[in-house]
Amino acid sequence: MAKKSRKEQMMGVAQYPLDWLEERSGLIGGLKYFLFRNVPRDSDWWQTLGSATLTAFLVQLGTGVILAMYYKPNPNDAYESVQHITNDVTLGWLVRGMHRWGASVFIILLFFHMARVFLFGAYKYPRELNWIVGVLIVPLALLEGFSGYLLPYDQTAYWATVVGININGTAPILGPYLASFLRSGSEIGGDTLSRFYSIHMLLLPGAILGLIGLHLYLVVRLGVSSPPWSDEAAGRDRNEEPAAPGSGMVNPSARGVTRRPD
Amino acid sequence: MEPHEGQGKPHLPPPSLWPVGFAIGVVCILVGLIVSWAAVAVGAALTVVFGFLWVRDVTGDYRRRELPAPPTSAAAIPASEGEAATAPAEPERIDRNMFLEGATLGLGAVIAGVVTVPVVGFAIAPVFQHKHHHEVDLGPIENFKEGQFVISTFLLDPSEGEITRRTAYIRNNGFFQNKPSFTVLSNRCAHLGCPVQPNGPLFEKRKVEQPTKAGDVSLIPVLPAGGFGCPCHGGQYDQEGNRTAGPPVRALDRYEFYIRNGRLSLGKTYSVAKVVGAGASAQIHKYRLTGPGEHVDGWEQIFYPLQPPS
Repeated sequence: MAKKSRKEQMMGVAQYPLDWLEERSGLIGGLKYFLFRNVPRDSDWWQTLGSATLTAFLVQLGTGVILAMYYKPNPNDAYESVQHITNDVTLGWLVRGMHRWGASVFIILLFFHMARVFLFGAYKYPRELNWIVGVLIVPLALLEGFSGYLLPYDQTAYWATVVGININGTAPILGPYLASFLRSGSEIGGDTLSRFYSIHMLLLPGAILGLIGLHLYLVVRLGVSSPPWSDEAAGRDRNEEPAAPGSGMVNPSARGVTRRPD
Repeated sequence: MEPHEGQGKPHLPPPSLWPVGFAIGVVCILVGLIVSWAAVAVGAALTVVFGFLWVRDVTGDYRRRELPAPPTSAAAIPASEGEAATAPAEPERIDRNMFLEGATLGLGAVIAGVVTVPVVGFAIAPVFQHKHHHEVDLGPIENFKEGQFVISTFLLDPSEGEITRRTAYIRNNGFFQNKPSFTVLSNRCAHLGCPVQPNGPLFEKRKVEQPTKAGDVSLIPVLPAGGFGCPCHGGQYDQEGNRTAGPPVRALDRYEFYIRNGRLSLGKTYSVAKVVGAGASAQIHKYRLTGPGEHVDGWEQIFYPLQPPS
């Protein structure tokens, strides 16, 4: 019996836990299905704006979690704690800077991504729903900006929020109630800050994450569209190659893979 | 909508001009909201008509498609031709599966409601709660020289701390019909709520720090010869708080005031449409407190029929 080469042995050692995981969860296959998709031959850098936006959002999530470890959302401590983050905490200035400027980057990329989809006509059949999901993300992202602006609790933050809330208050019929909801009562007070904090770091990120999940599901299901100048037909079939031996796929047909409708 | 079988092209609705009319209708409504109700009515009519035509156009394909023949019911086939005398269909009844499904969904809905309603109520409750107003003691009225505006800053609610620090411009108008009269202007701009500033010199050297039970009240005499101005968007007011220029929709809000044991004390805030006259004999068109930027009089007030308690 031929002795296995050292390389094969190493491969086997690396492969075993993956196979183990795949057999019990299908996660490896799912990840491959998600990552190794066919895209049109002539898709180019423009199509990366979506994942760039996603990356910007993930940066906001990560830096936001760290900032929350030092930030104190009450009117007496908020400003001081932000100064503490900026001046005293090791690399605090960097994390705060990333979160602060990253917020603008996120919004800008969001609109570039939107413009790309619009100009490429990538919102057309069968991707209308994905456009709609994306359009729902836009106001949530803008609300993230609005709610986050109050948190440093300096003069700019305070008065910008006063003006922002009062602009909401001038909306017809329910405007005054909306303003009262945002203020948590008839006057801006301690509850306003913690309310904005909660909206900023729990409510909106949760909603955006859910919509991003839906967005990605639809991207994977429907595939990437060709650019408008493409000669190729939009949406070629996915390559359904049989699983290579040892790749960890137990039974590809049992993964509940749904194909594109066309 | 699924694509047609064996057709490479994706399904697209036929081109249609109706959305153009629909869009014009929507624009008409929006413009009408500002300009006149007649335009709103016309816009609404356009929107409905063109919306209907559009939907009819888009769904035309669907509706023209032939429906599959409904399955022939047992009754349609004479017993002699069908499978010999099938038993008459039993009356529909809820079987066990249906019952369990309904029970599970119903119970789930009840549980979700029991959890959600209090939580959501907790989040929106402050909107509907009356806030208790304390009177704010500003110290003896001797601190307020007759005819002199004073910038007074005080804590509206000492238990909440510095965040409730407010500013009022107060002028002693002397006696009117044997009663002391004060003009107490809130510094909250009637445009979007920024703090308005006096257009004129402050006399910092004559500043008084008046201790009260609710913390220090600071009183700085000022001569707002040019009235008051807002740094945010340029709203301007005269010395009675009437709007003279810029975007504010009404005059500055005012505080009710009381004299208790020779001390000036501030009560509730109220909104003011305009002030006719000046000083002690001014006629104040008083309304309940509303948010900045909201009209309290004129036809625009119909936009704000509901006010949360303040």
